[in-house]
Amino acid sequence: MNPEHRVATPTVSSTGARSLSGWVRWFFSLENRYLAPMFITCILAAAQVSFGVLESYTRTVLAIVTALVTELVVGRLYWGQWPHLASAYVSGISVGILVRSPAMWPYALGSTLSITSKYVLRVKGRHLWNPSNFGICVMLLVASDTVASLSIQWGNYLPPMLIVWLLGSLIIWQAQRFHICATYVLAFLLLAYVRSWITGHPFLAEVAPITGPMYQLFIFFMITDPKTTVQTTWGQCVVAFLVALAEMVLRLNESVYAPLYALFLVEPAANLIEIWWQARQSAPRLAPIGAPPLHGAGQQ
Amino acid sequence: MKRRILGLGLSIFLVALIAMPVVLKRFSARQVVIGAVPNRDTVTARYGFCFQEVAKAAGIDFTHQAPTLDARLAHIMPQIAAMGAAVSIVDVDRDGWLDIYVANSGEGSHNRLYRNLGDGTFQDVAVAIGVSDMNQPGTGVSTGAVWGDYDNDGYEDLLVYKWGRPELFHNQQGRGFVRVTEHAGLPSWINANTAIWLDYDRDGRLDLFIGGYYAEHVNLWQLTTTKIMPESFEYAHNGGRKYMLRNRGDGTFEDVTEKLGIQSRRWVLAATAADLRGSGYPDLFIANDYGVSELYFNEGGERFREVGKQTGVGFAPKSGMNAAVGDVLNQGQFAIYVTNISEAGILLQGNNLWVPKAGTAGESLTYDNLARVMGVELGGWSFGAQFGDLNNDGYLDLYLTNGYISADRDRSYWYDFSKVAGGNTTIIADAQNWPPMQGRSLAGYQQKRVWINDGAGQFFDVAPAVGVTDTYDGRAVALADLWNRGVLDVVVVNQKGPLLLYKNTVTPDNQWIAFALEGSVSNRSAIGAQVRLFWNGQEQVQEVSGGSGFAAQNQRRLHFGLGKHPQIEKAVIRWPSGQVQTLPAPQIGQVHQVKEPG
Repeated sequence: MNPEHRVATPTVSSTGARSLSGWVRWFFSLENRYLAPMFITCILAAAQVSFGVLESYTRTVLAIVTALVTELVVGRLYWGQWPHLASAYVSGISVGILVRSPAMWPYALGSTLSITSKYVLRVKGRHLWNPSNFGICVMLLVASDTVASLSIQWGNYLPPMLIVWLLGSLIIWQAQRFHICATYVLAFLLLAYVRSWITGHPFLAEVAPITGPMYQLFIFFMITDPKTTVQTTWGQCVVAFLVALAEMVLRLNESVYAPLYALFLVEPAANLIEIWWQARQSAPRLAPIGAPPLHGAGQQ
Repeated sequence: MKRRILGLGLSIFLVALIAMPVVLKRFSARQVVIGAVPNRDTVTARYGFCFQEVAKAAGIDFTHQAPTLDARLAHIMPQIAAMGAAVSIVDVDRDGWLDIYVANSGEGSHNRLYRNLGDGTFQDVAVAIGVSDMNQPGTGVSTGAVWGDYDNDGYEDLLVYKWGRPELFHNQQGRGFVRVTEHAGLPSWINANTAIWLDYDRDGRLDLFIGGYYAEHVNLWQLTTTKIMPESFEYAHNGGRKYMLRNRGDGTFEDVTEKLGIQSRRWVLAATAADLRGSGYPDLFIANDYGVSELYFNEGGERFREVGKQTGVGFAPKSGMNAAVGDVLNQGQFAIYVTNISEAGILLQGNNLWVPKAGTAGESLTYDNLARVMGVELGGWSFGAQFGDLNNDGYLDLYLTNGYISADRDRSYWYDFSKVAGGNTTIIADAQNWPPMQGRSLAGYQQKRVWINDGAGQFFDVAPAVGVTDTYDGRAVALADLWNRGVLDVVVVNQKGPLLLYKNTVTPDNQWIAFALEGSVSNRSAIGAQVRLFWNGQEQVQEVSGGSGFAAQNQRRLHFGLGKHPQIEKAVIRWPSGQVQTLPAPQIGQVHQVKEPG
């Protein structure tokens, strides 16, 4: 496991029971696969109770159920065993929140696309796109007459925004991925200033998008996805910056869904480069013709 | 090997999933092409009606003017000064021919009263009759007008609501008008986009509801701050207050808003009143911009109770811009139509058609949004919409106008709009933070919708086929039988655009009947009176309205299409006073003038 996937292992006492601090560390670690589902569910529940962000429960439930069923079916076929459903739940709920459509079918299709992409678009055993990012972007591209992304706001007020940001940051910090969020946010703010300078629009107008709820989901659940980020810390920071940079280019071209598309473009490219680089690093060096074989090489 | 086959199958599956929306779109596009119809005769034969735009030929040459507000709003002026075109129908002199009143919004501009000469033409008599000069600098500008006989003298009086000082004019028996604003005790300044007449307490005198949009302390020509915008695109509570003004019966009105329990400060764009529960009292439906709609149940004229969430209509916040009621399923109950914003790929709120849930009524009344199911959901940046049986087939159709700002066709403001609309309160609420529009369009040049009701729960858009091809920035729609032919014509007013008069031609096979009601115990305008018509095993209810749609008022006369070979059983009139009057088998093909007994 690479350093970014390093997890806090609950400490075990001499009697075999985990200590309280061990439990806390485990709870906020990547090993706890229920952490992301719990966090996103809490955000959704709070937003729904306070502001009623969902037009109907049925659409969100449809997205979640479709994601779970697809994961079960495809995962069972693909791996020959029942898959863990935590990531499918996060994908489904993300689609349920971020897809906005008067129709029901985009929620089902978005979830199915998201989960299926995990199994199809793979290189060397790694999937390239964050599943929900892939599903939502494809829906926005091919079904724009029926699908939009989240426009509804969670009140636009400061307190709920701060709570989500603080809670999200705390969890992400514990999961050792805060540097990704921080890099992206700082890059966004810096590039917002650049956009403001280029367009002549007020700086706050350029900052405005990041204060919305779509960004909270985007930052805490998409760009930090352990399965689709590159593996080194510095690489993750570079990719986060590149996502912000691509987003700026898209924004200057008036793309409404610039962050989603930026991640859609940058993330697989970064993953492919890393996969290629790792393959190059781990490949056995070819011996010059006529030279004696390296001892032991190729014999496992 | 097995894994490879599985991988190939999944790949094909993924490609099929991606292709699915494209295939669906192509399929539906083909249906539209098939639906196109070439000429008027074929159109009339197929749909039962056809429109012809005749405003100029009828002597109406009106183009709406928008206001020029405080210079600090100059960069987004088209967005702020985007409303004001309004229309209302009245028979101002009781000559039996319906007249048209049109609001204008430029500083110093004149409102128009197009008197129906009865020969197919209209003449502007607003100046002569004294209801023209409403937009003097310093007094605000008109955003709408509604007619109601508040003193029960038999002539319709005029309330002009404004972004500014509302004005009340007393009708001097059709010969002229006297301004009675001060005597009436109306509020000094409301940035209103809607007002309706209703008799909420059924005392026989018409009361007034006025809904504020911008807060009433904001003078849009002399801003003290640029923080006048909604604090949220979906949850704004910093709009204008609402006013329920009770008619004391002596020409004055008292503010009973708070006493009746109406306190919200959402951004009202439209309101209508109708007895939704069969209680005998008019309930109040309010469509709010930047938030949820509100539905107030009238509790015996003593109090209004907000039941939006309870009934299901006040749950999802959208951009409500229209409130109209109609018995779309001929089931003796009103559905409510609310318009919102839909822009492909950007914002898909969808319009709402709130239909009473089966088995619910009275206090347990709840609604389902059947807009998508019934085919009236997507109407662009929708504004005014009205129900009316346009082809006299016995089912209420729906006319919708739309389009926000039509400027440069090649440059859109949507990106910048969406960028700021999603921002935090401190950003969105300050007009200074909004990027300049610079001549760009925002949901402009949109195709209107004329949805015909097939009577089986489906509406079909036939707008281009029946002759509605304009793409102006439509605001208000009013329906009226302007030539007394037994058909509903359509008047549309457009922001910074011309008034359009769509004269309707209906197949003579379809029959009709109409009722012109006059109250005696009830308010003389009979606003709130219901006619329940029973024919051919069907039942349809209509109610005389004191304002509906967006900034509009239809004719007070109730028009029923009957379809072919109708056998009318009876018409049951329930007057606002509570009296019930039954007309057995009324004659078809005529307007029945009915005066309330007593």
